[in-house]
Amino acid sequence: MNRELFEYSLRLGDTSLILGHRLSEWCGHGPILEEDIAMANLSLDLIGQARMILAYAGQVEGKGRTDDDLAYHRDARQFRNVLLAEQPNGDFAVTMTRQFFISVYNFYLYEALKKSNDKTIAAFAEKSLKEVAYHVRHSSDWMLRLGDGTEESHSRTQNAVDDLWIFIDDLFQMNEVDELLIKEGIAADLNMIREKWKTHVEDILKKATLAIPQINNFMRTGSREGKHTEHLGYILAEMQFLPRAYPDAKW
Amino acid sequence: MKVTSISKEEIWQILKQVKDPEVPVLDIEELGVLRDVSFDDDKIIITITPTYSGCPAMNAIEQEIKSRLAENGIENFSIKTIFSPAWTTDWMNDEAKQKLKDYGITPPSRSAGQHLNSLLERKSEPVQCPFCNSTDTKLTSAFGSTACKALHFCNHCHQPFEEFKCH
Repeated sequence: MNRELFEYSLRLGDTSLILGHRLSEWCGHGPILEEDIAMANLSLDLIGQARMILAYAGQVEGKGRTDDDLAYHRDARQFRNVLLAEQPNGDFAVTMTRQFFISVYNFYLYEALKKSNDKTIAAFAEKSLKEVAYHVRHSSDWMLRLGDGTEESHSRTQNAVDDLWIFIDDLFQMNEVDELLIKEGIAADLNMIREKWKTHVEDILKKATLAIPQINNFMRTGSREGKHTEHLGYILAEMQFLPRAYPDAKW
Repeated sequence: MKVTSISKEEIWQILKQVKDPEVPVLDIEELGVLRDVSFDDDKIIITITPTYSGCPAMNAIEQEIKSRLAENGIENFSIKTIFSPAWTTDWMNDEAKQKLKDYGITPPSRSAGQHLNSLLERKSEPVQCPFCNSTDTKLTSAFGSTACKALHFCNHCHQPFEEFKCH
C-alpha cells in the first residue's frame, strides 16, 4: 500500500506546488497592488501545503527523500499534479479561472479527506481546507466581477473558461491507486467530488453570466501517469535550476 | 528517571518571551502557536503548530525558541511541529485580542466555523475600525502584508487598517 499512498500524496503535493509556483510568477506583475499581494498570499499557502504533504510522501516512500528532494530532483514524468495547475498564467482572467476551478476542487476534496483514515492526510486536509476557503471566495468574487463586468472582461473570461475546460476531466480521473485507497478509507471518491464541484462551479458561472462549455470530447487527461502538457517542463526548468546546478546551496 | 531540574512551568515562562516576529505584541502562547511542553525522560519536547501552512514567520519562531532556551542553558530539547488540531484564532483570548486592538490591528471577532461558512456563502460582516470603532468600513483586500491579515479602509476616520482574520 505504500506505493499507492506515495502516489496519492504526490498528487496532492504536486498540484499545490505547481499551482503555487505558477501564481508566484505574478509577483510584482499584478494588475493592482492588492491583487499582487493576494496572489502571493495564495501562492504561499499552496507552497506551504505542498511542503507538508511532500514531506509525508518522502516518509511513506522510505528512501530518505525530503520535501525539497521531491520538489527539485524529479523530472516531469514523475510529477503527479493535475494538468490544469501547470497551464500558463495567460491574462488575469485565465489565472483566476484556473484558480477558481482548482480551489473549488481542492475545497471539496479536502472536506472529504478530513475524514481520511490516514491521520497525516486528514491533518493536511483539515489545515488546508481553511486556507482554501479563502481561495474559493477570492476567485469566485473575481469570476463574478470579470464575467459580469465589461464586454472585454466578459469575453476574456469566457475564453478562459472555454480553453481550460478540456482539463476538467483530468481532475477527476481515478485508477488503481484510488481504488485501493478508497477501500482503505484513505482516499476520496472523485465521482462524488465531481458532483459537488459541478454544482458549485455552474452556480457561479451562471451568476457571472458565463456560459458553461458543452464540450465532452477532446478532453485531455494523463496526469495520474505523469503524462503532462509541454508547459510543465518549462516550469521545472526554472523552478529546479538552482538546486540542480548547485546541489549543496544553502540560504 | 528524570534528571531535569527545570519545571514545565519555568520552560513555559521562557517560551512566552518568544514573540510573533510580524505582530510583536503577541507571544507564541497568546498566538496559539505553542501547544505543549512535555518531557521524554530528560528531554524536553516543545510542540508547536503553524498559523498558516506557508507562514514564513514559523522559521523565525523556531530560531527564537532555540536561542531563548540556549540562553537559559537548556540544550536537551526538540521542537515538534503538529498540524492537527489545525490552528485557529478561536484559541486567542480576550486579553490577547485587546493587545492587538491597542496595537492598531482589528482582532478576529467571530468564531472560525461561522467565518468559514460566510466565506463560502460570499457574505460579508462589518469589521470594526481599531482606531475610531466605526463599523462603516470596507474591505480593500482579503490578503494583507502577512497571511493572517486582511486590509480594510475606514469610511469614518479615513484610515486604512489591518484585521487579524478569523481562521
